[in-house]
Amino acid sequence: MTDKPLSPLEGLKKRSNYLRGTLVESLVDPLTGALREDDTQLSKFHGFYQQDDRDVRAERTRRKLEPAYQFMVRVRIPGGIATPKQWLELDRLATTHGNGTLRLTTRQAFQFHGVLKGALKPVIRGINDVLLSTIAACGDVTRNVMCAPLAELSDVHEAAYGMATALSQYLAPKTRAYHEIWLDGEKIAGPDHEPIYGETYMPRKFKITLAVPPSNDVDVFAHDLGFIAIEKGGQLAGFDVVVGGGMGATHGEPATYPRVGDVIGFCTLEQTLAVALHVAGIQRDFGDRSERKHARLKYTIDDRGVDWFKAELDRRLGFPLALPEPFEFKTRGDRFGWQPARDGRWHLTLFVPAGRVRDTEKHRVLTGLRELARIHQGDFRLTPNQNLIVANIPDAERARVEELLDAHGVQRLQSGSPLKLQALACVALPTCGLAMAEAERYLPELTDKLEALLERHGLTEEAISLRVSGCPNGCSRPYLAEIALVGKAVGRYNLFLGGDALGHRMNRLAEENVGEARILETLDRLFAGFVAQRTPGESFGDFTNRSVFREEDA
Amino acid sequence: MAAVPNAKIEPPLPGANLQALREVVADFDYDQLLWASGYLAGLARSGVGAAVAAPQPAAAAGADAWTVFYASETGNARRVANALAEKARAAGLAVDIQDLADYKPKALAKVANAVFVVPTHGIGEPPDGSELFFEFWLGERAPRLEQLRYSVLALGDSSYADFCVMGQRLDERLRALGATPVVERIDCDVDFEAPAGEWTEKVLAHATESATALATPVIRSAHLHAVPKTAAPTRERPHHAEILVDQPITGLGSSKDVRHIELDLEGSGIAYLPGDSLGIVPQNPVPLVEALLETVKLDGAAEVTVNGEAMALATALAGHKEITVLSRPLVETVAQRHEALRSVLSDRERLTGFFATRQVIDLFADYPLEWQPQPLVDSLRRLTPRLYSIASSPDANPEEAHLTVSIVRYDLYGRAHWGAASNFLAGGAETVPVYLEANERFRLPADGDVPVVMVGAGTGVAPYRAFVEHRAEHGHTGDNWLVYGDRCFATDFLYQLEWLRWRKEGVLTHMDVAFSRDGADKVYVQHRLREQSRRLYDWLERGAHLYVCGDAERMAGDVHQALLDVVRKEGGMSEERAQEYVAGLKTQKRYQRDVY
Ligand code: SRM
Ligand SMILES: Cc1cc2nc3c(=O)[nH]c(=O)nc-3n(C[C@H](O)[C@H](O)[C@H](O)COP(=O)(O)OP(=O)(O)OC[C@H]3O[C@@H](n4cnc5c(N)ncnc54)[C@H](O)[C@@H]3O)c2cc1C
Ligand SMILES: Cc1cc2nc3c(=O)[nH]c(=O)nc-3n(C[C@H](O)[C@H](O)[C@H](O)COP(=O)(O)O)c2cc1C
Ligand code: SF4
Repeated sequence: MTDKPLSPLEGLKKRSNYLRGTLVESLVDPLTGALREDDTQLSKFHGFYQQDDRDVRAERTRRKLEPAYQFMVRVRIPGGIATPKQWLELDRLATTHGNGTLRLTTRQAFQFHGVLKGALKPVIRGINDVLLSTIAACGDVTRNVMCAPLAELSDVHEAAYGMATALSQYLAPKTRAYHEIWLDGEKIAGPDHEPIYGETYMPRKFKITLAVPPSNDVDVFAHDLGFIAIEKGGQLAGFDVVVGGGMGATHGEPATYPRVGDVIGFCTLEQTLAVALHVAGIQRDFGDRSERKHARLKYTIDDRGVDWFKAELDRRLGFPLALPEPFEFKTRGDRFGWQPARDGRWHLTLFVPAGRVRDTEKHRVLTGLRELARIHQGDFRLTPNQNLIVANIPDAERARVEELLDAHGVQRLQSGSPLKLQALACVALPTCGLAMAEAERYLPELTDKLEALLERHGLTEEAISLRVSGCPNGCSRPYLAEIALVGKAVGRYNLFLGGDALGHRMNRLAEENVGEARILETLDRLFAGFVAQRTPGESFGDFTNRSVFREEDA
Repeated sequence: MAAVPNAKIEPPLPGANLQALREVVADFDYDQLLWASGYLAGLARSGVGAAVAAPQPAAAAGADAWTVFYASETGNARRVANALAEKARAAGLAVDIQDLADYKPKALAKVANAVFVVPTHGIGEPPDGSELFFEFWLGERAPRLEQLRYSVLALGDSSYADFCVMGQRLDERLRALGATPVVERIDCDVDFEAPAGEWTEKVLAHATESATALATPVIRSAHLHAVPKTAAPTRERPHHAEILVDQPITGLGSSKDVRHIELDLEGSGIAYLPGDSLGIVPQNPVPLVEALLETVKLDGAAEVTVNGEAMALATALAGHKEITVLSRPLVETVAQRHEALRSVLSDRERLTGFFATRQVIDLFADYPLEWQPQPLVDSLRRLTPRLYSIASSPDANPEEAHLTVSIVRYDLYGRAHWGAASNFLAGGAETVPVYLEANERFRLPADGDVPVVMVGAGTGVAPYRAFVEHRAEHGHTGDNWLVYGDRCFATDFLYQLEWLRWRKEGVLTHMDVAFSRDGADKVYVQHRLREQSRRLYDWLERGAHLYVCGDAERMAGDVHQALLDVVRKEGGMSEERAQEYVAGLKTQKRYQRDVY
């Protein structure tokens, strides 16, 4: 810990009486669509962010109107598995209270955008009515726990998913404030309490993910705490433990940087909850509470060293963590189309551009999936790549499902190069308050242009990972992509190259603050070089990693 | 010069008063002194002088004294009444002038000679403030008025179904009570100046006959005109104000287009107070003039004469004639050839509806006639100015006036429609002709500590922006409560950022909003008042002044009813007691309305 004064947010959390603040008053103020300033921080712990439509902000100020305040509501849904019933309710809420879209996130959650203050209560209540929640979907707490949706190795997956839900429940805040405010639970007598976190919660967001080899679709090295499923005889034996991953950085602040997590050992299934509890505990006690930009576990570990961290963890566990078990990742992207589940049923993985479920002229994805949910007997699974798996479809239903999706133009969406189907883009403009450049809205145009280049070089079938983020916070995990654009200003990006295909190695800054023309030019040149000079089986990421950064490597 | 006045002012004035009078007249010039002497003589006759001060001056008036009564919301009746009184005084008559809003109704029983200038407001209602007078004299308990000789001038607007009804009712009623009409009543439309002038002359003729000549020399009007040396602009001589700002303040996607307009009054001689309005002398929208010529198939270049002045038809239609709002005579003219229209004219409801949504162009297009240029302009009314509440504090914005203007622009009956003044203001003109329309019946309390409750819908919020800005500017500590209503929170919350700022600064003590189109059920300001009935009654009991501004059609009436209900409920009063309580507020000038 430093001797610097605590960040203002720490005081706010302490004063908030376990996240109550003045949210109730904020909600009933009819003069503004916004919350009181302090409440905009506390709201995150309840699962929603105050935003405004940045496209009209300036114009409204000129008209003496406040910004078009609206809220982003995020659902806490461990492993991203939803029943048809839940899907239908979320769809209803999005169409009646949101902007008519559902957003599948890079952490396998649903997001609503454009929810007005007055609609927050019905939305959050509706979500809870179908046994989902929004608590701790954002804020300085343990976020939505991710889990590989990969469905072939069903037993292992099932077990891993079970662990994800257990972790999610175990580490969820216990304050009654949430029920009081949103579900009209009666006020508790006496003081509230928070057994794991205490009244100031975590120093910063805390993210957990579970990977199931051979797929690293969850990007296990990008999170505060990662678990890699270790299989023995077809069963889940336990996990390798990864700590200290994170993507976020700030332009021009070298003290902030993305980091890949370290594998520090192996834990059995029984030990898993304890490990999670104590890793979180160490970060809770040693994390930097004065400088929020330096408050993630990755910095705590770099400041004190991995060995210190291991020792402290062993001490808290009361036993030394076993040595890591070997594992191998072979893929990271989603496998589209039909795949058999072991029990004779089928899984259908659908490409959802930038995770935005909505109706357009040609592709009525929102309606199509609504219709599908009405007849679907299995479940829906959100992938860490912002796509959707319609899981456990009986063989007899396949034709019907395809017809239905075809009728709504969802099938027509499925074609495209691997680069396009695997690409990620964060939300960015117009809702994200931190966006510096376009991401989600720009991705389709960008991938079209890149596909043209790939075609020219005969690389259309090459699976190259592309990720776009509107700012260096890295919500699309850009630093682990082979090609990444990180927003600098509207129309300008930092171009990162040289990440590996599986998410072990981070990419590096190749060109700073460049526009589209320059980016396409550079990639055109590199694609040509790649075709000419690639070694057998070499990925584009590996190629650029060795060719682009010669000077700095020399 | 000094010799002249001295000769005039001889004791019996006690030294002190004499001194005071000397000071007052010290810098009067010859004309002014002459006029003043006649004026004072007039006062002596009508008994206004401090010495004979009586609670109701008119009551003490001699048999040959005249009282000119008027009621006025937008100043026309006041102007006519004042002009008449001045002429009468000039003619040496003893004249007292009375605003019915300040007049004890019963006192009329002692008046011998009365002239009434009576406009109609609301939907065939008396002007605000004068209700008590009309309630009493049109009501059951009114006593006989055998002693009264009277004349009535009715002001109105023939685009309303109830044209001049208040003047008509008063006239019939006085007659029924045994009073003697002197000069026949006339019903004036909005271009009332000429007819009102002629009528005034008739009244004066009768008056001078009956009245005994007075001691003071009759002053020739030449001198009279020298007297009021005011440079202040008038409807006839407006000031051309530069438009500094024309900013839309309804959000994108709003069903309305409301503009915040800032005007430069530098050197205009206009000194206004919060509560006042500005009169705008508009030019009709060019596209409308063209559309109209198209409709009547006439050439804009054709020459016509308007009040003796020759000009092109297009010019007449653009700057001199009313080509948006319909008038009864116009409809009547057209009805002579169109059977269908007659039934409309005879049915009050249908007529109101007809006027509410139709403009001149609809009449001409749907009931075509073979129009000739001159007859066309002759059948159209004079283009009248429109009033806009001033939305700024003069002290916070020296030499400026701000307006909040809702643009009238809509498509109906398959054609485009424009409002004359609103589109003129927002039509990109460099300057607009304006004059001040003071409104003494819509004023902040003189005492800055007195709480105020401001109720307004839509652009009715304009004067409250002036009120709050003014109180903030002067650091007045009185509580301010605004109850505001419009259609949609997201797009129609006029001046939202400013209200939020004033609330933060503690100037705006409390604010309620009602947005009628946001929820499933429509909420309006009167609903908020009912919800807040306890608070409202408490504030009134604390001496708060209550203001209502905006739509006359419904809002004003609904708010009035809500007020009565609140007072009855919270004060545990009977219907009548509540009525009296509210009437009391009016007489104390604590319940003021500015509705249109
Ligand atoms: C929706 C989502 C991106 C997407 O397109 O899917 C997202 C969207 C936002 N992220 Fe993120 N982040 C999302 C995954 C990530 C990831 C990826 C991951 O976790 O696997 C990261 C990088 C990993 C990490 O945490 O380092 C990420 C790192 C950030 C950061 C930087 C955090 C840091 O410590 O450096 C911020 C800014 C902050 O927290 O101050 C941020 C903040 C935000 C906010 C809430 C902006 C804000 O704070 O006002 C964005 C809301 C935009 C909007 O309008 O919806 N988001 N964000 C993802 C939602 C995940 C979820 O369901 O919970
Ligand atoms: C004391 C006072 C204060 C006022 N203050 C304000 C103010 O602060 N802000 C403000 O905006 N106005 C104010 N008004 C109203 C203003 O004076 C004008 O009446 C208004 O702006 C319309 O004038 P116009 O010349 O643009 O339209 P006009 O040329 O007068 O046309 C109006 C006519 O168009 C027709 N019409 C109008 N709207 C519709 C519709 N939606 N559907 C169908 N037909 C329609 C009706 O026949 C109506 O008579 C005030 C009025 C008064 C008396
Ligand atoms: C809100 C409002 C309502 C009116 N209603 C009527 C009416 O019902 N009948 C009528 O003949 N004139 C009506 N008029 C027209 C006025 O009587 C006319 O403008 C008159 O000259 C106003 O006189 P004042 O300025 O002394 O108030 C109305 C005017 C306004 C502003
Ligand atoms: S990366 Fe930046 S722009 Fe994109 S969603 Fe995250 S915070 Fe917003």
